[in-house]
Formats: sequence, C-alpha cells, structure tokens
Amino acid sequence: MYRYDEFDAAFVKERTEQFRYQVERRLSGELNEDQFKPLRLMNGLYLQLHAYMLRIAVPYGTLSAKQLRMLAHIARKYDKGYGHFTTRQNLQFNWPKLKDVPDILADLATVEMHAIQTSGNCIRNVTADQFAGATDEEIEDPRPLAEIIRQWSSLHPEFIFLARKFKIAVGTSLHDRAALKYHDMAVEIVKNEAGETGYRVWAGGGMGRTPYLAHLMREFVEREDILAYLEAVLRVYNQDSRRDNIHKQRIKILINAIGPEEMRRRVAREFEEIKAAGTLQLPAAELARIAAYFAPPKFEKLSDEMPGGDADFENWTKTNVHRHRAPGYAIATISLKPIGGVPGDCSHQQLDALADLLDRHGMAEIRVSHEQNLVLPHVRKKDLSAIFARLKELGLATPNAGLVTDIICCPGLDYCDLANARSIPVAQKIAERFADLDRQHDIGELKIKISGCINACGHHHAGHIGILGVDKKGVEYYQLQLGGSAAEDASIGEIMGPGFGEHEIVDAVERVIKAYTLLRINGERFLDTYRRVGMEPFKNMAYLDQLHAAY
Amino acid sequence: MPLIKNGTYAEDGFSVVADDAALPPGGAIVSLARFKKERETLLARNAPLGVWLKSDESPEALGEDVQRLSLVVLEFPKFRDGRAFSWARMLRTRLGFTGEIRATGDFLYDQLAYMTRVGFDAFEVSDKITPELLQRALKEMSLVYQPSAEGRKTIGQLRAGA
Amino acid sequence: MAGLALQMLTANRLVDGDVVYWRGGGWVEALSDAEIFSAKADAETALAAAQAFVAGNVVVNPYLFDVREERGGITPVKEREIVRALGPSVRTDLGKQAASLSPPPARRNRATFPQGGGERDDDVSI
Repeated sequence: MYRYDEFDAAFVKERTEQFRYQVERRLSGELNEDQFKPLRLMNGLYLQLHAYMLRIAVPYGTLSAKQLRMLAHIARKYDKGYGHFTTRQNLQFNWPKLKDVPDILADLATVEMHAIQTSGNCIRNVTADQFAGATDEEIEDPRPLAEIIRQWSSLHPEFIFLARKFKIAVGTSLHDRAALKYHDMAVEIVKNEAGETGYRVWAGGGMGRTPYLAHLMREFVEREDILAYLEAVLRVYNQDSRRDNIHKQRIKILINAIGPEEMRRRVAREFEEIKAAGTLQLPAAELARIAAYFAPPKFEKLSDEMPGGDADFENWTKTNVHRHRAPGYAIATISLKPIGGVPGDCSHQQLDALADLLDRHGMAEIRVSHEQNLVLPHVRKKDLSAIFARLKELGLATPNAGLVTDIICCPGLDYCDLANARSIPVAQKIAERFADLDRQHDIGELKIKISGCINACGHHHAGHIGILGVDKKGVEYYQLQLGGSAAEDASIGEIMGPGFGEHEIVDAVERVIKAYTLLRINGERFLDTYRRVGMEPFKNMAYLDQLHAAY
Repeated sequence: MPLIKNGTYAEDGFSVVADDAALPPGGAIVSLARFKKERETLLARNAPLGVWLKSDESPEALGEDVQRLSLVVLEFPKFRDGRAFSWARMLRTRLGFTGEIRATGDFLYDQLAYMTRVGFDAFEVSDKITPELLQRALKEMSLVYQPSAEGRKTIGQLRAGA
Repeated sequence: MAGLALQMLTANRLVDGDVVYWRGGGWVEALSDAEIFSAKADAETALAAAQAFVAGNVVVNPYLFDVREERGGITPVKEREIVRALGPSVRTDLGKQAASLSPPPARRNRATFPQGGGERDDDVSI
C-alpha cells in the first residue's frame, strides 16, 4: 500500500495544525459557527444528534495493522470504544469532542491517516473495489490511480468551495464493486482496440433526493492525460453549477440540465487547454512509481485445494470466501453484519484483534468494502480454517456475505441529524426474521439497503430491495423500492407505493421475498426475477394485509 | 475598506462607479453590464480601468479586452460560493491576464492561501484580516500537490528534485 | 395536537457536542431537569436569551421543540428528540440513558420493538 514520503507526512501534519488553529478560533469566537462549519466539514467533522461525528478517510478502503491499532486506540481514548465503517470505505467515530479533534488528527497523522475532505463541498475520498489487486476481474489494480487522484484533489485550491460534494471512484466494469455509475465522477480502466490501457470517464451519477446514473463523458482518455481530464470536469462543474438551491447543486443536476452532449463539449474545451498547458501531465514513470507501492505480496506456490472443515466453516466459505487471481489464495469477507447487530460497527477489541490476525498470518492489509464489511484480500487457502476459527471467536464470522442479512444501513435517526427515521432497528429486525441460514441460502443473493432519509447514505436507490425511512406526520414510515443495483448492471430502484409503518415493514419485506420465491425460475436472483416480471406482483403481495383489511 | 496588495496595505487607486454615475478622472471600476454597454468610451479613457464581476459572471465575457484592463474585481457574495476561484484561474490561464485580481466581499482568512494560489493578488479586507495574518495564512500549508499561479513548486516537482 | 402545547428549548454544547436543555437562564444535561414552557411568549423569550450563549460560544443552534404529558411524565413529541434525550435506541449502553439520570423519559412503546403486539398510538390508514 502507499507509504507517505516526507512531503505527504509534512502535509498531513501541517493540515492538523491548521485545523487546531481553526478550533482555537472557533472556541474563542473569532470564527462563528456559520464560518467554521465548512472548515470543520473539510476535516470530516459533523455535528450530529448527540455529539460530533468524525469521519476518517480510508483511501480506496485500504488499511494496515498499524492503522487498525491506532483506530482502536482512538476509539478507546477519545470515543466510546467502537467505530462504524461506511458505504464509501471510511470510518466514523460517533462521540468525539470538538476540543479533542486536533489531537485525534495528530494521532492519526502518526500512522499516515487523516480526515481531509471526508465531508464538505469538495472532492471526497476516492474509492475503489475492495478486491483490488486480488481479483482476476480487473484489467489492473485501480488503486495507484486512486492514490494519484487523491493527491491531485487534496486541498486543490480551485475546487475547495464547490457547489456541493464531489465523489470519485476508480474501477473496472468487469465486475463493478465500487458503484461507479452512482458517482459524481468515475474512472473506468479500459483497453482500447489497440490493446492500450486507458480510462473511460463517467460523470453525473448520484444518489440522494434525485438519483441518476452517470453519463459517459469520454470513451478513452490516454493515461498521461487523465488528471487534465478530471480537472476539466471539475472546472466546468465549479463554474457552471447552480448556487441558488442546495438541492440542485450536484453535478448530476448540471449534466441533466444542459445535457451530456453539452457537458462533454464544455469539458473537451477545458481539457484541450489544460493538456496544452502541460502542467498536469501524468508521466508513465510517475504512474509506475506509485503502482510499485501497490505491488501484491509475493505469492507462494501453494495447493489450490480448498481445506475442509466443519459445517460452520463450510457455510462460511460458501458465501464469504471468493476466488483469488493466484492459485492457493482466496479473498475473504469479514462480515460486520452479525444477526441483530448494528451493521458496519466494529469494536476496539475487534480492531485490535484483526490487527493481530493480519500480523499472525503475514497479511499486510485489510480492506473496507462498500457494503460495510471488511475484506482480507490475500489469504492463503491453508490459513482459512485458522482465520475462520479466530473470526468466530471475535463475532466476525457471520456467513452471510451477499445474502439477505448482509444489509447496508446508514446510522439513521439513532445518530444522524439529517435522518427522518431510524434505520438500524429495521435492519436488525429483518436480519432476525431471516436468520435461518438454510432460508438465506434458498433466497440467495439479495442486497437490501436502508436509508433513514433521502440523502441516501444507505444507498437505498441501489438496493435490490431499497428501504427509505420517511417522517409521515411525526411517525416513522418506510417506503420500499425494488430493482436497484450498484454493479455493472446499474439501475435505480423503482418506488413501490405508500410506505409501511415500523411494525409492518418487516412483514412487507418478507412478503416481497415470498413473491420472489414463488415467481423465480431457473435459479435466478431476486433482482433478475424483478427485472423479468416487474413491480406488479411484488406490490400486490406487499400490500396484501391492507387489501384484506379493506374487505 | 483597506486594500492589501502584494502582501501589504496599499492605496486604492480605483473607485467603484455605479452604473449611472459619472466616471471619475482616475482609476474606475465598473460593472460588467456597464462595460459591455460603454466599452468604447471606457477603453478610450486615459485612466486605469477595472471591471467588477459578480460570482455568476465569467471573465470570458471580457474576451481579449481583458488585456486592456488594469484590474478585475471578483466578488464573493458568500464565502461558500467558490466560483471566483475558477474565474481567477481562467483570468490567469486562458485569458492571460497579468493585471490585479482583487477579491471583495465575504471571504475568510482560511481561504486566502487558496485564493493566492489561483491568482488573486489583492484583497479588500475588513480589519479582521491584516498583512500579518495573510502572511500567516500563506505559511499554514508549506507544501502543495497542485500547480499554483505564483509558480510555487509542487510536491511532485520537489520529489523529482526540480 | 390537542390540549396544552408544551415546549422545551435545546441546543448542542459547542466544546463537546453534548445535548443540553434550557433551564432558568442556563443549561442542564438531562431532559427531565429542563424547563417546560406552556406559553409561547415564554418560549420565545428563552430562545432569544439563548442567543447570548451562541454569541458566547457556549452552544450552537438552540431551538424549541414540542413535548407532551404522557404516563405521568414529560416526553418529546418527535422521535428525534427522544433519541437526543436518551441516546441511540440501538445502543442503550451509550449516551445519557446509560448515565444515571433521574428519571430518564421512558422510550415510547412504539420506539421499541415488542415481540407480541405493542401498544400503537399512530393511526395507519390503508
């Protein structure tokens, strides 16, 4: 993984001192809250319902054992002993005190971590596939480019007060685990007809109040031109976006308003100029230099045989162990979705224990997935049993990756100032309802995603079943959406109809799943059945209770 | 309001002129609307000319005339409106403007470094920002990843030993 | 809402983000200690007085919220304010509910998930 050189280290240190001065000035009143808010957001600090919330950057979801230990330390020293992994691969602490945050950032800096631009109207954490470098489903590891983009976007002087947040992902569409089409901008690594590797750039995707899938901006950008192209997109966005209505200021709105063709034209103009100026060229040598940091470990010559084990182990390998590009190796998903637990939460004990696990098995890194789980990218198959046993002790071996109980869920009204409804209890109840593993396997791949408000941090638009919490006259209600997907077959879920009360929503979800089991053919997934038969049959089943009551 | 130019307090040789007011003998700052309307007259004056751009007014509207201006004023109606960062950048790069780019309106001490890096060289300030504070602001982040208008070396260039 | 419209005043403390409530010209940490306003004018007066604490960098964003009498106690009307008063419903070991506050407002029945039929106080139309 990337290692800071003296420049990166000094940069983060200076940024910490800059924020320390800002906090001083806020506490003394030299800065009022209106002035301070964008400044603290650009250091990842929100003010939530009970407390502040600090979002720490985990660039492209990659962490080392040392970093895990520091996160555990921060959880203990400054917070309440746990953190929460997010859908953008970051980590959130829910109880820091404002006066402690500069010290937290100083501690993070000692392990090459920070909270720079994890919130605010600026370029956010650059995300990538959690299987990067380990999967055989990529043209190349997206993380070197993600690291280059991270540096290019860090305190970029022109784009530090954008109209709204700007999220970038890097990936491949061979199997998109990074939700490329839902990003403000996405860089897809591709090969052209001549077999050269370059980048296809998309822009204008987004969740929130008005979800959109990204439009194609450029079919092929040469490697050395990529930063110039990204800069061109940001420049057009910064210049031309609305500033009069906070709900209409994402780039998705701009592109929808002027049309993708016009957007491409404006971007092309800027691109040609920036290219001609030559200041943002990315030399092959620099790309290679950064790529060297991400070289995979030396893979040993090992038997590719999958070790056997007891029923628990077999269940776990069925869903949580994935094919690795090197024989004898596997990718393992560590589920942070124990039945009845809070999705995505991780205790300081678990963080420390995972660090030990990495060390014990010679693993240099762990990844944060987009689905609020963790991933061990390079696991020797022969180590799987021992690792599973340890994960089981830690409560991290739930065998549900990709199944119905592997729910994505935002913090919701239990934590978040923006929320209309609680989301976590709904996730817990659904998981408890479907806890039976045989039943989960019968249902198969089913991605349920829950958001507590229209800001959609739970990605409900991209759920096979999406659930949106709303406030209906002071009462928590839940709307269902079906048929969303964040993968390479991206689609936006369709709203079913009127919402369900909190005592009805789990039953409604169960009826929807029942409809699937009745209608499916040829082992198709829930998503495929929905796409084949449409909303009607699911809607009828979901509202069954109401229909009966009406008669 | 005090003017800080090139790092120190400076006399303002310009006055802002309303759209319907008579032009003063010395340096004058007019709105873009007035500049478009009275372009010939304004450019023919034998006195420095500046144009005031609102945050939704692109300097592109000035075209090649920008070379004949001494000053462009970029307004921040609200410090969160960051369009002027791109306008300053456009003035320095696409339009090749070498005159004074002056910031006016609502901006923070915390934005001064970014503003300098995109090409601002003058700031109309309240008493909350002084030349000393400007110097401090410019030193907060000694290293930068992106190219700057003042030609400061980037981290990339430092790495390459440039 | 039928009956007397009652309100309380709340804010977050700047230095640590903690939830606080207005009481007699200052701030307390427990909702059960907070001042109740039955007259709109009194509520508005308190809100105005709270601005001094904003200017003094003690709290941020003070605002009034509705409460009502229920089961012999005072409880917020909105779920959001119950969460702010107590802490996350999914981690009852955290937040004010975990500290010994006397007595904390009970979580409303519909805020928990009863195994059988819980008391429902919302009217669901078909």
